[in-house]
Amino acid sequence: MRETWHRIFILLPSLSGISLFPRLPLFQFSRSKADEVSVATCCPWSGKKAVPIIRTAGGLLWHCVITERGSALNVHATDQVREVVDAIYRTESRRVLATLIRLLGGFELAEEALHDAFIAAVEQWQRDGVPANPRAWLVSTGRFKAIDKIRRRARFDASLVELVDELDVAASPDEPDDEGMEDDRLRLIFTCCHPALSADAQVALTLREVCGLTTEEIARAFLTTPPTLAQRIVRAKTKIRDARIPYQVPAATDLPDRLDAVLRVIYLVFNEGYSASSGASLMRPDLSGEAIRLGRLLIELLPEPEALGLLALMLLHESRRAARSSPTGEIILLDNQDRSLWDQTSIAEGSALVERALISRRFGPYTLQAAITAVHAEAPNAAATDWAQIVGIYDLIMRADASPVIELNRAVAVAMRDGPLAGLLLVDELLARGELADYHLAHAARADLCRRLGKHSDARTSYERALALVQQEPERRFLERRLAELQN
Amino acid sequence: MKFLCLICAETVMEQMPEADAKAHFQEYVEFTRNIKQSGHFIGANRLKPVDTATTLRVRNGKVTITDGPFAETKEQFGGYYLIEAKDLDEAIHVAAKIPGARFGCVELRPVADDPQTRALGFDAVTSAH
Repeated sequence: MRETWHRIFILLPSLSGISLFPRLPLFQFSRSKADEVSVATCCPWSGKKAVPIIRTAGGLLWHCVITERGSALNVHATDQVREVVDAIYRTESRRVLATLIRLLGGFELAEEALHDAFIAAVEQWQRDGVPANPRAWLVSTGRFKAIDKIRRRARFDASLVELVDELDVAASPDEPDDEGMEDDRLRLIFTCCHPALSADAQVALTLREVCGLTTEEIARAFLTTPPTLAQRIVRAKTKIRDARIPYQVPAATDLPDRLDAVLRVIYLVFNEGYSASSGASLMRPDLSGEAIRLGRLLIELLPEPEALGLLALMLLHESRRAARSSPTGEIILLDNQDRSLWDQTSIAEGSALVERALISRRFGPYTLQAAITAVHAEAPNAAATDWAQIVGIYDLIMRADASPVIELNRAVAVAMRDGPLAGLLLVDELLARGELADYHLAHAARADLCRRLGKHSDARTSYERALALVQQEPERRFLERRLAELQN
Repeated sequence: MKFLCLICAETVMEQMPEADAKAHFQEYVEFTRNIKQSGHFIGANRLKPVDTATTLRVRNGKVTITDGPFAETKEQFGGYYLIEAKDLDEAIHVAAKIPGARFGCVELRPVADDPQTRALGFDAVTSAH
């Protein structure tokens, strides 16, 4: 299906605000693939008039004039340079942004500068060719454009004069080196995951700024609306600026705590993708993939044992993706999974990372959980699993980081090692304490143990309790299936 | 940058057993000396217990007075420190040593520093030491 093609003209900023250079159309668009492009609203530098900005699938912003109104347009490149710029945007924009935030001292200015640098790249690379080090070119161009812009604004706003002087001094003429830019990426991660920001904001900000996901993508992943999510991000950036959350890798004394916060954000993103907390689908793979990418980036920048452990844990969980649910979306428990579907490459990589983390002797709960997952991954079938070793690792976790959920998992492992009755005693004790009274998996575990012991009426009661608490559709269907089996 | 550290706790010194109050006060003496030495200190005050609080509102030009704090909570403001810190992380480091943080909590609030506020002449108050 081929629609009418429309023309798009790029708008270039000029000293007097915005001027239109009716260049040959750089790309054409049709309305076929609605979700690839969205039209954002205002133009940051004009200050007067809102001008549409087109965001392509690659994430690059194009300031355009659109010859025909439309809210969803599909942009097609007709120009090779644009493709190069797009590719560079995908691989380099987060790095460039991280460095610009440091050089310019704030997110807003850096984001404007990033867009300006990419607009300049399309213009100049077309004429002069792609520079040898595009990353450094983009940083210096972005910095130059930002300082220039503030200098112009300072003519009308005296309060900016000081800022221009500061930036002029801070902006050293040397080209940013790769090592310095890697430090900036780490600064960005720690700032986005700063504990002074709410957990929701940490996740949204990390996905937006570090991963470069669009607001729309993040909103879709977390089942919220783009305006809500955009507002959350804006509020977080305002807090970073006004409460002066520093742009730095925390000092050695703070690092363990602050790294925990980063790891928690990454794991949260992973879990949201691996086992969506609500909604119709069991897994949202793009978020898990994003979390694994973040995990890889983190260990490349900061190979701390728990960071290795977390990446291992995610890879080992991810290795079972294909086996975890049936083609119709039903849950398949570990015992019943077709282990030939497990991804051996991820298992090998995960297991190697667990070993690296364990050797360090400075590991924590993520590494231990990964170690448990690795034991499962290495067993040829459920019966041959080394349950004694798994219980042993849970004991270690309990010592480091006791929590009722870990206790519940341990009880299930004990049931596998010593029989369902031993497990049931532990689960009942745990439920009697009340902390897990509203946790559906605690009741589901109790139901399963009762079922295995032949206590069918107890099992039914617990399945019903679990069903009353469950939020996720495939889990509900699984519990209903189990309950129905009991009634037959 | 200036941060106000608002100290909240369920009990203030007046409501503690005498020995506890004395020990707690001594901790504050030490803490205050330390942050004066480190250059973080700008100002501080201890507040009388919440049962001395009066809340007033002006509505349609009429002053309404009520007994008690503006928000009924278990915790009450016991006092504050105004500190100078280069960023939030440094402010957190200083505030974590406030003795009251171990019993209650400390709310950190950046002090607004814009031309309008400065025009009110607040500078003179905040740089009194």
